[in-house]
Amino acid sequence: MAKAEFDTPQLKGIPVIPHLQPGAMAHSRPFVAKAEHQEPLGFPGELVDDWKTKAIDKMGELLTKYRALPVFLDACVKCGACTDKCHYYLGTADPKNMPVARQDLLRKVYRRYFTFAGKHFPKLVGAVELSEEVIEDWYRYYHQCSECRRCSVYCPYGIDTAEITMAGREILAHIGIGQKYSNEIIGKVHKIGNNLGLPRPALEDTLEGLEEEVEEDLGVKIRYPVDEKGADVLLVTPSADFFAEPHVDGLIGYGKVFHQAGISWTLSSYASEAANFGIFIGNYENMQKVAMRIRQAALDLGVKRIVVGECGHAWRVAYSFWNTLIGPFDFLDPKYPVPQHVCEFTYDLLQKGALKLDKAANDDKVVTFHDSCNVSRGSRMGDFPGGQFVIPREIIKASCNHYVDMAAETIHENTFCCGGGGGLLTDDLTELRVKGAVPRMEALKRVIDEDGVTHMAAICAICKSQFTKVLPFFGMGMDMIISVHQLVGDALVLGAEH
Amino acid sequence: MSFQISDKTYETDEEGYLANLSDWNPEVAEFMAKEDDCDLSDPHWEVINFLREYYEEYQIAPAVRVLTKAIGKKLGKDKGNSKYLYELFPYGPAKQACKYAGLPKPTGCV
Ligand code: SF4
Ligand code: SF4
Repeated sequence: MAKAEFDTPQLKGIPVIPHLQPGAMAHSRPFVAKAEHQEPLGFPGELVDDWKTKAIDKMGELLTKYRALPVFLDACVKCGACTDKCHYYLGTADPKNMPVARQDLLRKVYRRYFTFAGKHFPKLVGAVELSEEVIEDWYRYYHQCSECRRCSVYCPYGIDTAEITMAGREILAHIGIGQKYSNEIIGKVHKIGNNLGLPRPALEDTLEGLEEEVEEDLGVKIRYPVDEKGADVLLVTPSADFFAEPHVDGLIGYGKVFHQAGISWTLSSYASEAANFGIFIGNYENMQKVAMRIRQAALDLGVKRIVVGECGHAWRVAYSFWNTLIGPFDFLDPKYPVPQHVCEFTYDLLQKGALKLDKAANDDKVVTFHDSCNVSRGSRMGDFPGGQFVIPREIIKASCNHYVDMAAETIHENTFCCGGGGGLLTDDLTELRVKGAVPRMEALKRVIDEDGVTHMAAICAICKSQFTKVLPFFGMGMDMIISVHQLVGDALVLGAEH
Repeated sequence: MSFQISDKTYETDEEGYLANLSDWNPEVAEFMAKEDDCDLSDPHWEVINFLREYYEEYQIAPAVRVLTKAIGKKLGKDKGNSKYLYELFPYGPAKQACKYAGLPKPTGCV
């Protein structure tokens, strides 16, 4: 296994804006997708001969297809407000990780081929020809952006670097330079139904094992059903919930909530994935194809509601795009929101007094909450503004006695990415992931030192895996990170009368 | 990429996972472990063998709770947890143990 070949940054206790280190991360680039990962997604297997023309054509197509893209490329006034807002810049000091510089990588080519000034006076407006060097920089630095959108919160024009990163990746994939990690995963969803490639028999075996485990622990039979026709709720959750820790404890928690609420539910082996990496690679067709499995499963199983488990970008895709991608949902019960987040589901039950929680069950913990980017900045929850911040916190506070927030500039819409979002949760980017986690680690360390925080809860599979991996680099325990529904499940009083 | 043991060449992916599951033999595990300064003891082999059996049946590595349960049964309940597995495989049981067992690397948000 590759040993770390970089120095883990020292936490300073206060936010520090680093001195520029040009080229500090020029060596960081993820593995390139092979033909077997590219072709099933509709991309060429290797670099195409006429890549320059193809890339410019694709850019032209995206400029007309996504109306915001030319606006973002034209609007920047180089005010600098975004420069120190990116966790990858803060953690690596590489100036190309400043959001505006990341945008400029695409902008300078856009100007050269799509603006009057750039076509005729390229030097005056910083326009450049598309070259191998430019392509190399795109591949490196569009894979050092987690599409977290933090920078856009601070930009006076609302320029969304994530959209530019997605366009950059989309162009690269179309000329044959896709990213292995994301594309291999999308291929597995198309073929098997989830990111892991977990086939139905393995899923069934895993869930049976969980039922036995929970029964041994609690003496209560709680079901984790799959492919049960006629259930009220279809739960789509990230496949990491079946496979990894601490995710699985969240899944156990959802099952307890359904059990206690007396609502019938099922997982689907056909749509055994909530995540949708189509958004990460900026490709509409793949995003739609991945999402379509969920619509199909809901129809086949005849459910009335769809609930989405703890996954950040899954929720963004569901909340913001499902209707266009796979709607309409006129076959579902209109009494419930479509889609519904599992946190909304639990919150709703708590509001109705349908669940009894014993907070003392979590008295061994002082908990804080990490807002995930795609929930915080890409979507909402509940029927009131800011619900995506309030609802998970209210659930946590109902489940434990000791809750503390991290610093205001690092939570809610200002939250820092975990460092592994946007298709970067891969071992070939470990250095980037560790360095990009620094701003979150700083904020966490402060509440550990000042408030005795012992656990950080999250509602995103990527965040959970990323923290499990990076916390030890900073001398913190990997088991500090937990699922929100683990807290709920542990506090839930089963069998109580209401 | 590839590596060599005696005069046989083994193809791998970029991260050193065996390209062909069927190429595997115990020497491969020993070789890979040595590269990581890891000595394979009996408990390591219990894990590796279980991974291979499970993969053969299900075409996927076992989920962490499936693995911890199986190891708990084989080696005693106090060992049926991921803390123990991390002691055996400090780079993470899912990835390091899969690699030694000749399985492909688990993909996804794990
Ligand atoms: S979207 Fe996030 S990762 Fe990308 S440049 Fe902006 S702050 Fe950085
Ligand atoms: S904050 Fe917006 S306008 Fe200012 S430099 Fe950044 S992207 Fe450009």
